[in-house]
Amino acid sequence: MAVVFQKPQALLDVPFTYCPGCTHGIIHRLVAETIDELGIEGHTVGVAPVGCSVMNYNFFACDMVQAPHGRAPAVATGLKRAIPENIVFTYQGDGDLAAIGTAETVHAAVRGENITVVFVNNAIYGMTGGQMAPTSLPNQVTQTTPYGRDTSYSGHPIRVCEMLATLEGTALAQRVSVDNVKNVQNAKKAIKKAFTYQIEKRGFSIVEVLSTCPTNWGLDAQESLQWLRDNMIPYYPLGVYKDVGGTTK
Amino acid sequence: MAKAIIDETKCKGCGLCVAACPRKILVLSPDKINSKGYRPAQVVDQSKCTGCASCAIMCPDVAITVER
Amino acid sequence: MAKVLMKGNEALAEAAIMAGCRHFFGYPITPQTELAAYMAKKMPKIGGVYLQAESEIAAINMVLGASAAGKRAMTSSSSPGISLKSEGISYIAGSDLPAVIVNVQRGGPGLGGIQPSQADYWQATRATGHGDFHLMVYAPSTVQEMTDLVALAFDNADKYRMPVMILSDGMLGQMMEPVELKTANATDCPIEKPWAACGHRNSRPHNVINSLYLTPQALEELVKKRYEKYEVIKKEEQMADEYLTDDADIILVAYGASSRICRTAVNTARKEGIKAGLIRPITLWPYPAKYIEKHIAHAKAFLCVEMSMGQMVDDVRLCVNGRKPVAFYGRTGGIIPAPDEVLNEIRKLTGGVK
Ligand code: SF4
Ligand code: SF4
Repeated sequence: MAVVFQKPQALLDVPFTYCPGCTHGIIHRLVAETIDELGIEGHTVGVAPVGCSVMNYNFFACDMVQAPHGRAPAVATGLKRAIPENIVFTYQGDGDLAAIGTAETVHAAVRGENITVVFVNNAIYGMTGGQMAPTSLPNQVTQTTPYGRDTSYSGHPIRVCEMLATLEGTALAQRVSVDNVKNVQNAKKAIKKAFTYQIEKRGFSIVEVLSTCPTNWGLDAQESLQWLRDNMIPYYPLGVYKDVGGTTK
Repeated sequence: MAKAIIDETKCKGCGLCVAACPRKILVLSPDKINSKGYRPAQVVDQSKCTGCASCAIMCPDVAITVER
Repeated sequence: MAKVLMKGNEALAEAAIMAGCRHFFGYPITPQTELAAYMAKKMPKIGGVYLQAESEIAAINMVLGASAAGKRAMTSSSSPGISLKSEGISYIAGSDLPAVIVNVQRGGPGLGGIQPSQADYWQATRATGHGDFHLMVYAPSTVQEMTDLVALAFDNADKYRMPVMILSDGMLGQMMEPVELKTANATDCPIEKPWAACGHRNSRPHNVINSLYLTPQALEELVKKRYEKYEVIKKEEQMADEYLTDDADIILVAYGASSRICRTAVNTARKEGIKAGLIRPITLWPYPAKYIEKHIAHAKAFLCVEMSMGQMVDDVRLCVNGRKPVAFYGRTGGIIPAPDEVLNEIRKLTGGVK
């Protein structure tokens, strides 16, 4: 018998600190599988955000730098410019990337910074206990929108891939989901493509992964996947928003 | 003959593997509680496993190894 | 090397390059623009990086990234921009990363003005960001010293693994003086950095650059260790220049641009028969307390002169600790005190102490 599925090498043997059923773990694994398959762990540096995944420096086996809230793309820029022969990725949540770090995100894309951004969108601030995120949906109830997000008062959710797709420097902007086996496999392909584009020096690549937060959504793991399908995917359609094309499939 | 091996110490009992398995051979343990305080997933009928790895693909805690 | 005539900001930039800095991240602000412009011109020619960031916040975080990768990295700004960088500086300190930050001070608060000022002393020595930490702060007073201190700043940043600031001002930045540049470092990373996050190449466990410690005990222990290092720095790194202090009754204390005015005032006072002298702190943190201590016995009074409403005077008073009177004279808002004004203050003190 052969092992057909096991923990990737690029993940350290440390239990995740995420809540039961939180799909951060799946996304971590996909990044690690990508690193394994491309054989790049030894020359990859990851940048951890502030948010639920702040401690992902404990999970990834490559070198890691923890960035101030929202500044991961700027930190990654400094790293990539300093050691361009290395692969540099950021792993960021929606508050980190699309609220406090919007400028850093947009301008890294504007510069065509040759880095890969893994953007985990679960429409809520998880670590601080479930406040409205820039990507929280209209009418979504959160700790800070207790009557539902009123878009006329709190603004509209931001569609990051669509926005970044308008920028010259963006090589790949793709939205995926991890709500079922097929979508997880597609997400993996997208993440691998994003890393490959960096290896091929194509510029800024971002994969937005729709993800769950069972704890702060107040649902169980399975219900959360259903909520994602019913509510997030219609507002954040999956697909490729920009792809400069490449040798990789 | 395929095999899904669940590392009960890593399992958080979220049940995503249970729902993902097309052969419906996984359950959350009715009686066991692991060291983290969760009811770990278990394979009830290993002989029916096809080794498709659907469970492992959906497991957020990388608790499942699949052999085929 | 022969002396060349250079503008302060440009001389500092050249000296940084000679010290091995190949990574400069900036954002335009007056009056430090020449520094960034010089880097933009020079870096591409020597295989270095000059990058104009989208903000001061991004610039300091790019410094964090390049420094985490093990490179000598630098950013420069002026007062309002340093406020924006303070978040990043705190993270750099909390991650034990070296970095050199230049503040070419201008008047504040808020947008303030664009004329020279020394009103960021507190910010530099007390509160450049949140948390328990220090950065080393060097205060040059000549163009030559701008170049010498930037080399020392890079060396000490690496040696102590902490951020170091060059606290300059608009006057020094803009002024032209002859300078002699030291020989260039052969490499852009003169010391080994086994801690750097530059890819483990499958030959060591992964390196993590981080400032998060969720258990209070671990954080306290780490901060305390850092403070032990600060004690070493306080002992080893104090720097000051003394002028006619040996027999002085009135000892002026001033740094940077205002120390130049004070020197003139001391000379005039001496001509009038007043025994005045000058202590010019070169390190603002660690504060050169030992230089002041030496003179407490014979000095009749201290006079602290600043281009601010009085910030460094706190440190002078801490050193003197009530043993002698400490007076203050300052101009602010971008105004440089005139030598006559300072002389007047000296005269007042002599009148008072006789
Ligand atoms: S490998 Fe496939 S068939 Fe076997 S337990 Fe997992 S999901 Fe079920
Ligand atoms: S998906 Fe993983 S963590 Fe969740 S119940 Fe199954 S084995 Fe346990």
